Amino acid sequence: MTVEFSDKAKEKFDHLLTRYPNKRAALLPVLHLAQAEFGGWVSPEAIKYIAELLDLTELDVHDTMSFYTMYYNQPMGKFVVEVCHTLSCELMGASTVVDHLENKLGIKMGETSDDGLFSLRKGECLGSCGTAPMMRVNFDYYENLNADKLDKIIDLLREKA
Amino acid sequence: MAKNDIKILMAKDGIENSHQIDVAMKHGAYSALKKALKMENTAITSEVKTSGVRGRGGAGFPAGIKWGFMPIGDRKKKPNYVVVNADESEPGTFKDRWLIEKDPHMLIEGIIITSYAVEAHVAYIYIRGEYYKQALILEKAIEEAYAKGFLGKNILGSGFDLELTVHRGAGAYICGEETALLNSLEGRRGYPRIKPPYFPAAIGVFMCPTLVNNVETIANVPWIIENGGEAFSEIGKPNNTGTKLLSVSGHVNLPGVYEVPLGLNLMTLINDYCGGIRDGHKLKAVIPGGSSMPVLKAEECDVDMDFDALKNAGSSLGSGGVIVMDETTCMVDVCLNLLKFYAHESCGQCTPCREGMPWMARMLQRIKSGEGRPEDIELVLNVADYVGGDIDFSRGKLGKTICALGEAGSWPTIALIKKYRDEFEHFCKNHEPLIKRDKSIKTPKNAIAEVVAT
Ligand SMILES: Cc1cc2nc3c(=O)[nH]c(=O)nc-3n(C[C@H](O)[C@H](O)[C@H](O)COP(=O)(O)O)c2cc1C
Ligand code: FES
Repeated sequence: MTVEFSDKAKEKFDHLLTRYPNKRAALLPVLHLAQAEFGGWVSPEAIKYIAELLDLTELDVHDTMSFYTMYYNQPMGKFVVEVCHTLSCELMGASTVVDHLENKLGIKMGETSDDGLFSLRKGECLGSCGTAPMMRVNFDYYENLNADKLDKIIDLLREKA
Repeated sequence: MAKNDIKILMAKDGIENSHQIDVAMKHGAYSALKKALKMENTAITSEVKTSGVRGRGGAGFPAGIKWGFMPIGDRKKKPNYVVVNADESEPGTFKDRWLIEKDPHMLIEGIIITSYAVEAHVAYIYIRGEYYKQALILEKAIEEAYAKGFLGKNILGSGFDLELTVHRGAGAYICGEETALLNSLEGRRGYPRIKPPYFPAAIGVFMCPTLVNNVETIANVPWIIENGGEAFSEIGKPNNTGTKLLSVSGHVNLPGVYEVPLGLNLMTLINDYCGGIRDGHKLKAVIPGGSSMPVLKAEECDVDMDFDALKNAGSSLGSGGVIVMDETTCMVDVCLNLLKFYAHESCGQCTPCREGMPWMARMLQRIKSGEGRPEDIELVLNVADYVGGDIDFSRGKLGKTICALGEAGSWPTIALIKKYRDEFEHFCKNHEPLIKRDKSIKTPKNAIAEVVAT
C-alpha cells in the first residue's frame, strides 16, 4: 500500500513546517496528522513516509512515537474507549464503569471487539476529575458516567457507526 | 457563597460565549495589552515581581524572578522563547482546562505581554494530547487574535512581533515536567533533561533561552498589568499573593473549579464552596495539591490553602488539585492506585524510579490480594526512601532521579503509610481490608445529567 497525504493534509503539513525552526519539531503534529489521515494508526509504511518528509530516519520517528500512548502502532477499533481509572475517578466508581463496559461490549480491557467497532483501554487522569467517573471516546469526553448513561452512549455510537 | 470573592481568573464565569474574541473584548480583554505595549518591557517584569505571583504549575517559584533570568537587551545573544505549560496531567487537576475553554483570550493576552517583557518573538502553548477540543478552541482564538492584529508582525503598531502556535502532546504525564516538555516540543521522547541548568532560561528549547510558565500563571498577567502588581500583592496573604484556582474532586457534593484568595481555609472550601461531604458521610482525608502531594488526615484539614501554610502542614499546594475522600475510602487502595499511575508514567531513564515504582506497586498489589506479610510495609517504605524519600527530608534523600517524578511517587506513598498504617497492617495480618471498598458509582449534586460529548 502506498501512503501519501491528501492535498488538504499536504497543505496542513506545509503550514506546520512554517511554525517551527526545524523539521524535527514538527514530528508530533505530523504524527497526529498521519494517524488521522491513514485510518487511525501509524503503520510502518506511514513511519517511512513521515521520515522522508521530515529528513529523519525511520528509527527516529519510531523512537519518538513509541514514547507516547496516543499514537497507535496497530489498527484500532473505530471507537477507542478509554476509561480513566486514576484516583478521583476510582473514588467515584471507575471500576464499576469498567465492569459495565466489559460486560456490555463483551471484551476485556486492552481488546478490540470482533466487529472492529470498539477498542477498550484504561487511561490515566484525563483532566475531568471534577466530573468523574469519565471516559474518552476518540476525541470526545463523556463525564459523570453511570450505568444508564453508558448504555445510551454505546447505543449512540453503534448507531453512528 | 463565601465573601471576599475576588475574581481575577474566573471573571468571565457564566458569560455566554466568553471564548469568542468579541465577547471577551466587551469584557475588557486586550486592554492590558494596549497598556503594556506602551510600557518599557523591564517595567512589566517589575510589576510582575511586585505582584509576588508564584508559579501555579506546582513548584510555586516567583514568576517575576524567573522572568528576570531571561537574557534581554544587550544580554540577548540568541532568540528567546516563551512556552506555556498546558500539559495539565497531575491527577486531580483540571483548572487549566477551565481557563482554556472559557477564557482563551486572557491566556493569549498574557502570553503576548509576557513575550514582550522577555523579548521573545516565538511562543508555544504545549497542550496535552487528550485536550483535543481545547486545542481547537485555542487555535480558533489565536486565529481571531491574529485577525485583530494582536499577534503577528508589528502588533498594534508597536513594532513588536510575535508568532504563537499550539503544540499538542500525545499522552505522557511526564511531559508536564518542563524539560521533558521541551524535548517533546522538539519532536523527541519526553525525557526530562539533566540539571543543571536549573532553568530553561539558560538553555531551553532549540538550545535557546526559554521561559516556561503554567497556563494559570500567565493568565494572571493581564490583570497585574491592568491593576498593578501592588494591587495583586494585597490579595491573599504575604508571600502567597493573589487568587488560586482549585480543582476539587472526590467525595464532595459540588466538585469543580473554584477561584479563591490564597490562604482560604480548606474546611471552608469543602463546606462553604463545595457543599460539604456527600450525603451523610464523614471526611476522612484530603490530598490538597494534586496526587503527588502528601495526604492530610481529616483532623489536619483546618489549614490555609496557600504555599507556606501547606508546607508547614507537611504537604504542598502543588497544582491546587484537591482530592477529597470520605470514610468509605480504603487507603491501601488509594496507595496502590497512585503507585500504578507513577509506575506507568515513569519515563524509564532513572533506575530508582523505573524499578522502584513498579516494585512498590507490586508489593501493594500483593497486600491487596491478601498475600501481604507484615514486613512488606517496611519494605515499601524502604523502597520509597530509595526512590525519592519524604517531603520533609526526614527519610530517604531527594534528587535520586533526574526529575521530581521520583518524589512525586514516594511522597504520597510514605504519607499514606505513615498516617494510615493501621489499615496496611490490618490487611497484612488479616488478609482483608479494614475498610471494605465501595465500588459503586457516585453522582455529585452538580452532575451533568444528559449524555453530552464535551
Ligand atoms: C513530574 C512533573 C510533572 C509536572 N506536570 C506539570 C503540569 O502538568 N503542568 C504544569 O504547569 N507544570 C507541571 N510541572 C511543573 C513544571 O516542571 C514547571 O515547574 C512549571 O511548568 C513552571 O511553571 P510555573 O513556574 O508557572 O509554575 C511538573 C513537574 C514535574 C516534576
Ligand atoms: S482522575 Fe479521572 S479524570 Fe482525573
